[in-house]
Amino acid sequence: MSSIAVRTRGRFRNGAGLGLVAWLAGIVFFLPIAWMALTSFHSEADAATNPPSFTAALTLDGYREFFGAGGGASPWPALINSAVASVASTLLVLLLALPAAYALSIRPVKKWTDVLFFFLSTKMLPVVAGLLPIYLFAKNTDMLDNIWLLVLLYTSMNLPIAVWMMQSFLAEVPVAIIEAARVDGAKLPTILARVVAPIALPGIAATSLICFIFSWNELLFARVLTGVVAETAPVFLTGFITSQGLFLAKVCAASLVISLPVLAAGFAAQDKLVQGLSLGAVK
Amino acid sequence: MTATTTAPVAAPETRSTPRPPSARLRAWATRAPLLPALIFMIAVTQLPFVATLVISFFDWNSLYPDARHFAGFENYQEVLTDAALRKSVWTTILLTVAVVLASLVLGLLLALLLDRRFRGRGIVRTLLIAPFLVVPVAAALLWKHVLYNPEYGLLNGLLHYVGGPQPDWISNTPLLAVEASLVWQWTPFMMLILLAGLQSRDQQQLEAARVDGASDWQIFVHLTLPHLRRYLELGALLGSIYIVQNFDAVFTITSGGLGTANLPYTVYQTFYQAHENGLASAAGVLVVIGSIIIATFALRVVSSLFREEVSRA
Repeated sequence: MSSIAVRTRGRFRNGAGLGLVAWLAGIVFFLPIAWMALTSFHSEADAATNPPSFTAALTLDGYREFFGAGGGASPWPALINSAVASVASTLLVLLLALPAAYALSIRPVKKWTDVLFFFLSTKMLPVVAGLLPIYLFAKNTDMLDNIWLLVLLYTSMNLPIAVWMMQSFLAEVPVAIIEAARVDGAKLPTILARVVAPIALPGIAATSLICFIFSWNELLFARVLTGVVAETAPVFLTGFITSQGLFLAKVCAASLVISLPVLAAGFAAQDKLVQGLSLGAVK
Repeated sequence: MTATTTAPVAAPETRSTPRPPSARLRAWATRAPLLPALIFMIAVTQLPFVATLVISFFDWNSLYPDARHFAGFENYQEVLTDAALRKSVWTTILLTVAVVLASLVLGLLLALLLDRRFRGRGIVRTLLIAPFLVVPVAAALLWKHVLYNPEYGLLNGLLHYVGGPQPDWISNTPLLAVEASLVWQWTPFMMLILLAGLQSRDQQQLEAARVDGASDWQIFVHLTLPHLRRYLELGALLGSIYIVQNFDAVFTITSGGLGTANLPYTVYQTFYQAHENGLASAAGVLVVIGSIIIATFALRVVSSLFREEVSRA
């Protein structure tokens, strides 16, 4: 008996048993998403059963309903608004953050850590701290329900993270190479395109993905500042908050479709995601 | 944090010898690329906060704009004495602390599991990250309708098989219901940070400890935990910053009802539905003060991580 116990403990120490535990944990955490995916392919009648049905026939009705086949509001305007807000703000972030990160890493200005910490500190200012004045400003300037206002706000939300991330990516470009290129007579645009860009590009791509994800996910600004015209995908989703029973498959289909861009972007940038979210502090 | 920590970016040079104009020009040329981003951030984040600060001292209901007048600290007094508002302060603290601690502990356990080699580790890691990548509103809807629903939710469906009770989760334990969904979303984030920490341990040191006959537990307590300390702090502080501000889960799962309204939700409701601009601003300022307390600590931790990185370079 005791020899079996010892052997089992030995096996655990080798990791096979703990590997199993890890698998179990992974499945438990993923189960809600898997269940949501399965439910989205069920008919509404099969989706709302107790006990749950694992073998019900699959159908695309939930997705058809979501895309407005049943006469409900079409999600396309909201999806397009989200895409515009996320892509445009990400581009604006790049436009502002790249020069700043360049100044902070390749040709560091004096007191550059102070500047970095200022950017970081703005991230710690809660959104609600400025929400009311922004709302009043928008109302008085006829900017309510305008997607470009969201673009500006999302840019301010992501700019600090982008500056931090890109600063750490650009810092990986060896200054010696830049100096060598300059000695060889290369001008700044050439150096940027030929020397800096190839090294920094993966980091810039990861930064863009993270900015995209945050903009796509944002609810509070969008909820307060948009209405009919500029409604974004998360705001569209809030329409399902009180939906009861009948629309379970549709709710699941909607949640999955709207999460899809983020899931795709997130899986693509798994490693950089942590580094970005921890503001470059963890490598 | 606010304008108080603003670095004097373009601080005048403190050198005693005056520099030639060309040098000063060059100094400005190196700073210039910073300016667009700095000016943008100050305009979009600091100015509105200053406005919030000003409004917080006024009695101002937007339905009665003519009755607006200076009120001193009345709004703050009301936020701190009004039972509902004070409860939302308490809810915010409870929600943040519970979610951060639970997801940190779970994240640590998962990170320790994933730090080992086993078959399919990459797949398990991907499965575990997924909750963090679901759009927050969608995740909240998933928990509200698909998991918690008392009649056909998955939780009660699974309980059905073991013959357990079929509680109405959101009505019975509303705050816990919100917290569970947030722990599910944030555990992967903590796991990723701590996994990065585990993988940056000094392998030779671990090997040496093992050769000297240290047990797994001793290695964990005396080597791994001290090394992870700063990663744990970083995860806790970044998690706090995001969870203190949580709006999506509270708004979606309970609509702030049943005692789950946290400060951000209360601020939203106070001005968006009750039109009490002054009161909402005071509550907003209180959120900022809470964040500053966290952030002061956060900056210290991040800067210690940051210093190490600089010294390594």
